[in-house]
Amino acid sequence: MFNLPNIYYKFRRLWKAISLFFILSGPGIVVMVADNDAGGITTYAATGAKYGYHLIWFLLLLIPVAYYVQEMTVRLGAVTKRGHAEAIFAGFGAFWGWFSLLDLALVNWLTLVTEFIGMTSALMIFGIPPYLTVIIVCILMGIMVLNGRYWTWEKIALVFCAVNLIYIPAAFMVKPSVSQIVGQGLIPNLPGGLTNNLFFILMANIGTTIAPWMLFFQQSAVVDKGMKEKDIPWGRLDTLVGSVMTVVVAVFIVILMGTVFQGVEIDDAAQASRLLMGKNQYVGTFMAIGLFDAGLLGAICISLASSWAFGEVFGWAHSLNHKIREAPWFYANYFFTLITAAAVVLIPKAPLVLITLFVQVIAVTLLPAALVFLILLLNNKKTMGEYTNSLWQNVVNISIVVVIVVLSTLYGISTLFPTLFK
Amino acid sequence: MLRNFLSHNFAKIHQINRKYAKPNVEMSRWVRISLLFLRFYLIFLVGLLFYKFITLL
Repeated sequence: MFNLPNIYYKFRRLWKAISLFFILSGPGIVVMVADNDAGGITTYAATGAKYGYHLIWFLLLLIPVAYYVQEMTVRLGAVTKRGHAEAIFAGFGAFWGWFSLLDLALVNWLTLVTEFIGMTSALMIFGIPPYLTVIIVCILMGIMVLNGRYWTWEKIALVFCAVNLIYIPAAFMVKPSVSQIVGQGLIPNLPGGLTNNLFFILMANIGTTIAPWMLFFQQSAVVDKGMKEKDIPWGRLDTLVGSVMTVVVAVFIVILMGTVFQGVEIDDAAQASRLLMGKNQYVGTFMAIGLFDAGLLGAICISLASSWAFGEVFGWAHSLNHKIREAPWFYANYFFTLITAAAVVLIPKAPLVLITLFVQVIAVTLLPAALVFLILLLNNKKTMGEYTNSLWQNVVNISIVVVIVVLSTLYGISTLFPTLFK
Repeated sequence: MLRNFLSHNFAKIHQINRKYAKPNVEMSRWVRISLLFLRFYLIFLVGLLFYKFITLL
């Protein structure tokens, strides 16, 4: 029998839960989708072009990897009300604090340069010169932070996250074979055996899944948003939705490239866009728009991660809820990082390829430290109380961290010595 | 003006160093081993970078 009041009550509860999710979601989705930055898009495009659908199963394994690592930042931020940089200073003293802060500033600045490289090369496909792209991006990012509200910034960032889904219709437009995707992609396999080239691609995919800035960004965003212990379940759901979204986008890029160019070597995503335009103009255009959006999302998050970290440690006002007059150092740091990174791309004959390679190497000096500190801080009963890592969480998280540290280190070393694994 | 800026920031850095002089995470054996691993790991990476730099010259 239908019980109308009961159905109405359940519907109201569900609607309330969905509304609450939309209010509390944000940091997890933004950080995860921004993880598919310009470098990430290139990695997924190269994976799909070289190995077709064969490595989709491996990408799906990255959902729990990304979720478990980032979930720890939600708990740490919500319980301690401190960003990751400040938490490292307080937890491990000034030496490790300065090391993490300065290394983060360097890695973020270099990564920001690579995002600008991605954005300028994407818009050059449409005939827009790099200087114009740089000006447009700086103005856009300035407007986003200067409105004086974290909430507005986050919702604009979520719109850019939605644009990142453009790879899904692009993949459908090339009419991939569903039976081949299921047959080749969902059953774990190593195409051609575990060769050095395949190992390099697997390392690159792991390396792009967790970047140091993501830990610092999400924890600071959780604090700036004002999330409390009671909001942790929503923060977890937000992070889970974000991890699924980021891998879904990666899978659709692989499907797109695997359908059109199986067995082809791709050097960067802009090259992939141009090649795709030769096959289908709309798909190539979608790829280029996606690449620009990926670079923009990465730039939005990375520049903020640095400013938040410096603000926390130096004790400056460091919230997006502050006006520029109330937090001048926070915004000065933000614009300094942004403008200097943008300027590098415009320097004629700047060593952009070297910078792109250098990012991987410098990132592996910070990532293991940031992950180890995260695990240790989550085991500090004095500050975490009932939110301390359980035995199961420790087993899962430590296993994931060990795998990430080993593979990202090998990836960094292989960047330094390219013939080592090839 | 520059001198004021630098002296202000050096004082601030000194203040931060004093504020975080004592780590609040209990230095158990597990924590000490982790930090020692990180030190060796970083020395190894810096060594590799240095070797690469030398061989590039």
